[in-house]
Amino acid sequence: MKFTIGWLKEHLDTRFKDNEIIEKLTDVGLEVESFEKARSEFDNFKVAKIINTEKHPNADRLKVCDVDIGEQNTIKVVCGAPNAKKNLFTVYAGPGSIIPKSKTKLTISKIRGVISYGMLCSENELNISDESDGITELSPKKYSNKIGKNYFKNGSGKVIDLSITPNRPDCLGVRGIARDLAAAGAGKLKDISKKNIKKNGPQNINVSITKDKNQGCTIFGSCLIKGVTNKESPKWLKDKIESLGQKPISAIVDITNFVMLNLNRPLHAYDSDKIDKEIIVRNSKKNETFKALDNKEYKLEDDMCVISDKSGVLGLGGIIGGTRSGTEFNTKNILLESAFFLPKSIRKTSKQLNIDTDAKFRFERGIDPNSIELGLTEAANLITEICGGKISKFDIQKTQKYKNNKIKFKISMFEKVAGFKVSEKDIIKILKDLGFEISKKKLELELKIPSWRPDITQPIDIVEEIVRIKGYNNIQTLEPEKNRIKDTLNKQQKLFHFLQRSVASKGYYETVTWSFTDSKINELFRQDYKEIKIVNPISSDLNVLRNSIFPNLMFYLKKNLDRGFKDISLFEIGPIFKNNQPGNQLTVIGAIKSGKNFRHNWNEKERNVDIFDAKKDVLQTLMESGYDKSSFFIREKSPNYYHPGKSGSLYLDKDDIDPVAYFGEIHPNIVKKLDIKTEAIVSFEIYLDHLKNNKTKLKDQKSNFKYSDYQKSERDFAFVVDKNFKAQDLIEIISSVDKELIRSVKIFDIYEGENIPDNKKSIALNVTIQSSDKTLNENDLEKINNLIISTVEIKSGAKIRS
Amino acid sequence: MSDIKKIKEEYLEKLKSNLNIETVNKIKTELFGKNGQISNSFKKLGSLPTDERKKFASDLNAVKEELQNIINIKIQEIEIKEINSKLVNEKVDVTLPEREINRGKIHPVSQVIDEISSIFSEIGFSVEEGPDIENEHYNFSALNTPDHHPARDMHDTFYLDNNKELLLRTHTSPVQIRTMLNGKPPFKIIAPGRTYRSDSDQTHSPMFHQVEGLHIDKEINMGHLKGCLNYFIKSFFEVDKIKMRFRPSHFPFTEPSAEVDIGYELKDGKIIIGEGDKWLEILGCGMVHPNVLKNVNVNPNKFQGYAFGIGIDRLGMLKYGINDLRAFFETDYRWLNHFGFDPLDVPSNYRGLSR
Repeated sequence: MKFTIGWLKEHLDTRFKDNEIIEKLTDVGLEVESFEKARSEFDNFKVAKIINTEKHPNADRLKVCDVDIGEQNTIKVVCGAPNAKKNLFTVYAGPGSIIPKSKTKLTISKIRGVISYGMLCSENELNISDESDGITELSPKKYSNKIGKNYFKNGSGKVIDLSITPNRPDCLGVRGIARDLAAAGAGKLKDISKKNIKKNGPQNINVSITKDKNQGCTIFGSCLIKGVTNKESPKWLKDKIESLGQKPISAIVDITNFVMLNLNRPLHAYDSDKIDKEIIVRNSKKNETFKALDNKEYKLEDDMCVISDKSGVLGLGGIIGGTRSGTEFNTKNILLESAFFLPKSIRKTSKQLNIDTDAKFRFERGIDPNSIELGLTEAANLITEICGGKISKFDIQKTQKYKNNKIKFKISMFEKVAGFKVSEKDIIKILKDLGFEISKKKLELELKIPSWRPDITQPIDIVEEIVRIKGYNNIQTLEPEKNRIKDTLNKQQKLFHFLQRSVASKGYYETVTWSFTDSKINELFRQDYKEIKIVNPISSDLNVLRNSIFPNLMFYLKKNLDRGFKDISLFEIGPIFKNNQPGNQLTVIGAIKSGKNFRHNWNEKERNVDIFDAKKDVLQTLMESGYDKSSFFIREKSPNYYHPGKSGSLYLDKDDIDPVAYFGEIHPNIVKKLDIKTEAIVSFEIYLDHLKNNKTKLKDQKSNFKYSDYQKSERDFAFVVDKNFKAQDLIEIISSVDKELIRSVKIFDIYEGENIPDNKKSIALNVTIQSSDKTLNENDLEKINNLIISTVEIKSGAKIRS
Repeated sequence: MSDIKKIKEEYLEKLKSNLNIETVNKIKTELFGKNGQISNSFKKLGSLPTDERKKFASDLNAVKEELQNIINIKIQEIEIKEINSKLVNEKVDVTLPEREINRGKIHPVSQVIDEISSIFSEIGFSVEEGPDIENEHYNFSALNTPDHHPARDMHDTFYLDNNKELLLRTHTSPVQIRTMLNGKPPFKIIAPGRTYRSDSDQTHSPMFHQVEGLHIDKEINMGHLKGCLNYFIKSFFEVDKIKMRFRPSHFPFTEPSAEVDIGYELKDGKIIIGEGDKWLEILGCGMVHPNVLKNVNVNPNKFQGYAFGIGIDRLGMLKYGINDLRAFFETDYRWLNHFGFDPLDVPSNYRGLSR
């Protein structure tokens, strides 16, 4: 909402300075977006001083002047005036300015081979006198400290631009703003002067509002003005329209706009000679069409509120008029409409047709239903003043009566909510100034709500009115109460934060990427989850919600590789989506690692990252988060975006149904499809939702501490097993031979090749044996050794390697 | 002069000179070996008369001990000398690089969420979460924003179906609804999380982060709201004094509503939060609208309180001097390295919020 201070003062009698008004507007909740002068075409003319002149190299009569226009450097201007000389103060017009006399627009141009940046103007060219013999000469005394300043005074006042919240339609008119300011003590709201207009004869175009279901129009007021002469608006009106950055069109259109901006009362003027017999306000039928004033042809749906005549649709009520009945400069007779349309209907229609107009914006928020006649009076008065003509009697069709709403307001409610006290007297004054009618009943106020405030429906709204007019700075700052109802974080949230930092501590950079992604990349990682399309994506490559944590990570991995990074470790912790239902999402950590370990390292041998890097990181992360490694179980199963032979899943316990993590190499086909160039990519993912409830508190986990001081022995074994036999199973078999004595089993070599059959491999292990009660003698050790060998051989079909 | 004394003096003399380890060992054998001189002397013991035997034995033991001591010291000296001479050749260039350091980083958004949680934890708030996909009801209607309300236009919503039933939440406020529906008052929660609006330019990202706050109890008024936010902003920016301005505004789910500005100044192109004379809008808040309370079966005549919503990314930008919002989500390794936080730098109240 834009307006000038001058316009505001037509409604507000105030002694406030501009900056005080601005401050007050902010204080009452009318946010000031900007407060500056409207740009004028005259802003391009600056006071300038010629610093030096030289003869033009290619023309005797021309000079090349160095001109100071108040900027860092002087500029070159070619000038033919005989009086152009050093130290002359004159008027400079920059490129882009329009010379008032000739109406030509200046550009940077070459004049006989020398570039001239703008021109120095004569008084004649500026339309200030007939003097055209030379450029304007300004008195050095008056202008010496004004170099670079505008030569012409910008006549338009400063424009205030307010951002009006959707609950305040009343402030979409200057008068509403003035009323708020007056209530807040910034002055007195002036009365609207009473217009004595002569109404002659009937409004003889019949108007009817049909009784359609969901009829969007409830009041249609109108009058005829006959014998008008439409013309350009007078200067005062043009200035007003222009000051808001709008273009004056014709007196009749400008007047309806002015009344709307002034009083928030939208109006529409028809050329009544173009109306076919009568006005019917009705619901549209599907596929009806009409050409609107924005020169677009609209095809309507069922049940849109239209203003029509015998021949068809004239306009969309409260939204936009049509060209068929529009006023023009030769319009003689007009029908002026002042109506009330229901916000819901306006909103629905404008959404369906995607139209936004000033009228729509206002009706959608709620127009004062009691302003019908005021609007007709104000506009008709101005039209007859400017364009002449005779006004008919007003015709008001109504299908609904509007009574002002009433609220009972307990005075004590204010302090209870706002936390500070305002005297009853002040409360009453504020509400009165805002237009409420008040009667006091003991501790209650019975309030009649002004018809221009559709936002006020219940007592809490009254609290807001009082507190905002009184000023939010009156609210106390109370020390926060520290009482607590619940722990800050629940178990799952603690886990989230712990895992996050645990993964980061292994060298991964945390990233946050969008929850949506490119369906083409998503498809590679989607698994069985449903693709979730966004109906209105910001771009076609961000068109689905991610079904996996990896699409974005892979995308950005590639970007960083393209930037020249080679060894990258990234992770994200966040949601992935199973389908489009609320809550069907999982919280996942995804981590990827590319390139090599120890690249260009002077003391370690460089090698590609591999699955066991990922496995180590995921295991260590889970261990650090409090999970017991000894019960972890690894399976070969993993999603199809992993390398089929180099990936696995991790279960907290052998019997668990859901894996808590996957790890491995990304499938080489995917790497190829995404055109990712690196030596190797490994990754892991952790499903936080599957980690639920598996964790007991540390204080409950710790058992009694027992340790053995008896000597421990180590024995090495090498078994030849089937190639597919899992190391995990071998360790499990050995550990379970004697859970008391066997303290640890470590694999230290895997061997295939010479001396081992083709389909076999050799696994070498180191077993630590220790008793809690005694030092084991050779005999004891021999016994357990043999038991290990025989058990392994029986259970796994392995052979001890001799 | 006995033999023992002679042996002693002879060997003390020998051991005085500069000897290598082999020579010392040879001497040790000469004295204490199977046929060593001292060993042999002990063998004589049996053949001595009883009255001499005692004295001889004690003299012999004294000599034995003295020589053994000296030999041990000598051996130690030689060993240390040998180590020392080896060390001369064992020098490395300590300025060579260490083994690889695996230093990861925490994203600024995560760090800021931890900071915020830590601050609110101090005054008794707990953390709640809600889904990123919401239905129309939780995101709008239950929050007193019916379909025909123009306030809906303030949110550019991503929809997941043509009926506009399913959407990506445009704010964290639906967590208020879910929390209140699932519990009984009082409520004292914050809800940080991802939010989405179909808006994308230099200062808008289609995804960003908000933290919602909600405190509902019997006597919670606007003074508590002001106090809570004043405490939060001061703690977050780690300044003693901050200029704050509450301005009336409008949100359908709060009444009265306010927007909060904080004071700042520009110094060398950087924003300094605190007491400058410029204002920066940082959050929206208000008293929870009675309609919202009714929608979640909380009696507005008994309970009241405040809610607020703050942009997390923006707070991070202001605190850590990050200029470009979109860079948060672009995973540029250089950016993550520059603005990321050490994983061990966990914000907490007692250790200080940030390092």
